Amino acid sequence: MSDSNLVSTSSDTEVATSEQFSDPGVPEHKLRLGDTDPKAAKRSERIVIALFGLSILGTIGMMAAYFGLPQDTSIAGVRIQNLTLGLGLGFALLGIGLGAIHWAKSLMSDHEVVEERHSVESSPEARAEAIQKLQDGVADAGVARRGVLKGAAISAVALFPLSFAVPLIGEIGADWNISKFRHTVWRRGVRLATDPTNRPIKASEVTIGSAYHVIPYAEDIDEEVRPGSHAWLDEKAKAIVLMVRMEPNELKEEDDRKDWSYEGIVAYSKVCTHVGCPVALYERQTHHLLCPCHQSTFDMADGAKVVFGPAKRPLPQLPITVDSEGYLVAQSDFTEPVGPSFWERLK
Amino acid sequence: MKALAARRHHRFAPVVLIMLALLVTGAVYAALAPSSAQAEDAVTTADDIEHGAALFQANCATCHGVDAVGKADAPSLIGVGAAAVHFQVSTGRMPMQSNAPQAPVKPVQFDEKQTMQLAAYIASLAPGPEIPSAEAVDPTLGDPARGAALFSTNCAMCHNAVGAGGALSEGKYAPALWNTTPTQIYEAMITGPQSMPVFNESNITPEEKRDVIAYVVAQRDGTPGGENLGSLGPVSEGLWAWILGIGVLIGAAVWIGAKSS
Repeated sequence: MSDSNLVSTSSDTEVATSEQFSDPGVPEHKLRLGDTDPKAAKRSERIVIALFGLSILGTIGMMAAYFGLPQDTSIAGVRIQNLTLGLGLGFALLGIGLGAIHWAKSLMSDHEVVEERHSVESSPEARAEAIQKLQDGVADAGVARRGVLKGAAISAVALFPLSFAVPLIGEIGADWNISKFRHTVWRRGVRLATDPTNRPIKASEVTIGSAYHVIPYAEDIDEEVRPGSHAWLDEKAKAIVLMVRMEPNELKEEDDRKDWSYEGIVAYSKVCTHVGCPVALYERQTHHLLCPCHQSTFDMADGAKVVFGPAKRPLPQLPITVDSEGYLVAQSDFTEPVGPSFWERLK
Repeated sequence: MKALAARRHHRFAPVVLIMLALLVTGAVYAALAPSSAQAEDAVTTADDIEHGAALFQANCATCHGVDAVGKADAPSLIGVGAAAVHFQVSTGRMPMQSNAPQAPVKPVQFDEKQTMQLAAYIASLAPGPEIPSAEAVDPTLGDPARGAALFSTNCAMCHNAVGAGGALSEGKYAPALWNTTPTQIYEAMITGPQSMPVFNESNITPEEKRDVIAYVVAQRDGTPGGENLGSLGPVSEGLWAWILGIGVLIGAAVWIGAKSS
């Protein structure tokens, strides 16, 4: 659009509808340096040869690494094998790709060629013939005469998808047993044991400033949920506990929980009440417990109350005491469901 | 000298020079490199305690008090044991330079002998965790596979799955373990420095501690897959893939589409 056109359309009140963009056509062909200067063409050729040469070197390098490197299974040995094989393979392919593209761009003819599209539609005669054949076929098969057969065929095809749709849809959310989230394997008298070594813990051995990652002692829980069984991982996921000991005078305890701790030893569920990450980054000096996923912070000296982050509820506390032999034991299960909220949590 | 100067353009001259330079570097390193702690050889004498007391008065008493009973900003050192002193001083954490969320690792201020003297003095005030023997921390005697199970339960949440370290709250952090010596790892477990809890013998037995050390040391061999990008997981790997990987792909696409000049 030229300047004079712009002036005329803006000054006229009537928009000039005839002034439409015209097809600019193929831009003027520009010659490359290599098209006019044989030296430049020679230089491009050398670059392409060098790129293919890089590929050849890559292949040779990979072969050399494959046959030449010792069968070393140490970490360093495997690393050097992976590195050399990968670099060889990478350069072998990269050289071919770059060489081919540079060849095509700088040396092969780059004259623009226009190929007009042909019509997608078939000729009227061909279309009429095809429709005629279809109609003849339907008439010949006699579909219209056999009504029951037609109905049976349509029913069979229509019903078939049920065979995969019903199981697929039916299994969405099949497990509605939410009562399993209310309970863990902790119960009265189950000893606290170290995770993963499964040693019961004596209260006298827990020094101030300690943090123990605790699981229920295998011999104190039902056989079908013990470590090694299929159900154990599910049960462990709910029952994991972090136990710490601090100076008893540092502990702030609600009146109804005074007997849930033992001489400064407290045990809380390790499942975050936000979305259920294992919350275990215990800072001994501040007694803060940090969740690595979303930075919820709980104060283990003050009922595991939330002091920072997106969690809404304190961590559930496991009431503990000692048995006659001095081992730490649970007084009961957790008094509320562990982990993140769910609709029927407190029903 | 003249004969030597005449040969300086000889084609083997650079090779000879490099060999000489390597020899000198190696000799200097061997002479200056810190020797590893020989804990079991160190027999504490009254002399050591006396020297340690003098060092303590000169370097530590300002904050920890002349009797090492602590002040408002610094804890009491009664009963912390030789292990705690050795850990804090041999990693450079103590003497602390300034008040910060936690004491960082910095160049070590005392040599091994002075550190042992300080440790002997503090240990003489009250019994506490002792510096482990070389055998107790020898990673070649530990089982890295068992150590991995213990590490992932007890240590990995703060120190990262391979010991690359990680952030805690309010400016505190769990340091990376790449350069921590086996002795220091053991001492940290039994003394619980700063934010770290204590892992005593009933929690992780001495043998298990050696397994943990074997696992931590094994991570220093790197990974079979190549560059680990700091072992920091999806953050560094994602940055690498999205910025560098996609950047290179976009660049290649632009190059392929551009007309040759």
